Amino acid sequence: MALTIPLALYDRLRQHGEATYPHECCGVLVGEFDENGAKTVRAAVQCGNTRTDSPANRYHISPSELVRIQREALLAGHDIVGFYHSHPDHLAKWSATDLAEAHWTGCSYVITSVEKGQAVLTNSFLLLDQEETKRFEDEALEIIEK
Amino acid sequence: MSIKILIPTPLRPYAGKQSIIEVTAQTVGEALKALVAQHPDLRKHLFSEDGKLRSFVNVYLNDEDIRYLSKDATPVKETDTISIVPSVAGGI
Repeated sequence: MALTIPLALYDRLRQHGEATYPHECCGVLVGEFDENGAKTVRAAVQCGNTRTDSPANRYHISPSELVRIQREALLAGHDIVGFYHSHPDHLAKWSATDLAEAHWTGCSYVITSVEKGQAVLTNSFLLLDQEETKRFEDEALEIIEK
Repeated sequence: MSIKILIPTPLRPYAGKQSIIEVTAQTVGEALKALVAQHPDLRKHLFSEDGKLRSFVNVYLNDEDIRYLSKDATPVKETDTISIVPSVAGGI
């Protein structure tokens, strides 16, 4: 199953990482699940990183932002399908911290490596299983025109 | 009174795949109890063995975190919405 994302939104989340460099950016992916669990992104909502104590290597999205985004998504007939953040001068791969702090099973976690201010790789990972046995699985990222 | 609870994606498999569930309650605590009474599989995903909300589970009454209100004792009104949002964080 892939995460499908329009090119404009793909570019937007990568540019967010460039704009916040050398700090981590973060945001919410809003869209739809199909009957098989495949996801299509319809919006990439930029969020603030509340980890102002350590923004170069940590991110946290305020729950109050999540509440608002979830409510607005449901009203629009959409859903939270995942999240994105950046890794400044680091690999576009989930870390032990990313896994420990991930709790939205069934959702995608998109990570962009930003090297010296330039977005390089963007990868997506699907969070699977329950909290006690959770794991990330590599997920195909399908970029579409619109 | 009847109140809506918004169920986040990861919990819907344990809530009959529903994104919004209505329960009858006077407080947030009663609402969550009614929720797990209707959907018992939710219990272990929301609460630890001591009966407290798991540390990464945030519960909001409208736009306010119940931790800063009266927690479980927070009263609810007909027009209120309870949102359950697991936390989102990470880093290098």
